[in-house]
Amino acid sequence: MSAATTLAVAAGGGLGALLRLLVGRAVVGRFGAPIARGTFVVNVTGAFVLGLLTGLAPARDLTLILGTGLLGGYTTFSTWMFETDRFAGEGAGRAAAWNVAGSLGVGLLAIWLGRAVGGG
Amino acid sequence: MAGQADEPERAAARALPPLDPRLALAVVIGGALGTLLRTELATHWAHDPAAWPWATFVVNLAGAAVLGWVVVRTAGRPHRHGLLGTGLCGGLTTFSTFQLEVLQMLDAGHSALAFGYVVASVGAGLLLARWAGRLAAGAGR
Repeated sequence: MSAATTLAVAAGGGLGALLRLLVGRAVVGRFGAPIARGTFVVNVTGAFVLGLLTGLAPARDLTLILGTGLLGGYTTFSTWMFETDRFAGEGAGRAAAWNVAGSLGVGLLAIWLGRAVGGG
Repeated sequence: MAGQADEPERAAARALPPLDPRLALAVVIGGALGTLLRTELATHWAHDPAAWPWATFVVNLAGAAVLGWVVVRTAGRPHRHGLLGTGLCGGLTTFSTFQLEVLQMLDAGHSALAFGYVVASVGAGLLLARWAGRLAAGAGR
């Protein structure tokens, strides 16, 4: 990977993280949803767009910048785990289980759908 | 009363505080660093749908553990949390690539591998986040 591509991937990741903050704030702050709902929306929409990208199959550098960089920075595994564990720790076992199963199920459907729309 | 229908929407929009530019910058820097780390690992540790995706597996678990620690240690310090938690851990870990790997395993007919990968990632991720949080709460207080 060239230095310019590496830099663009990192910039994409930074931008993706900021986008995650903004979308999370909008979902949780504006619609008064529980905090894990923001992460759910971010992860599912990110999975859909990565599916779309996979279906469109652009040049390798663009796939790296948008897929590994932007969408990798946008979606998060760590916060998903942290919030699920917090549900479990608060005795909300059902919410924890739904947070795992819902994200996995809807996320997989979203990425599959995205890829189909993208023509893959 | 033409304006009445707009009222709840505007009230909701006002309820969202303006974004702190220092927090935004911290998240961008942390996110770029985390993404850089993940990309370096992924390019040097390439995988195919028939094998265990070690790069994603390792960054996701490391990020879950570090975030468990960071949340405790940056309590009351939003900028530090933005840099290390929302930025670094969020950028280091990925849900989208994780899901793509699972989908590609299923496509290739490796459903047992896909199932094992999901269970191991989520199971270990939850345990590590909790363990690191407890460690952080117990250390240096």
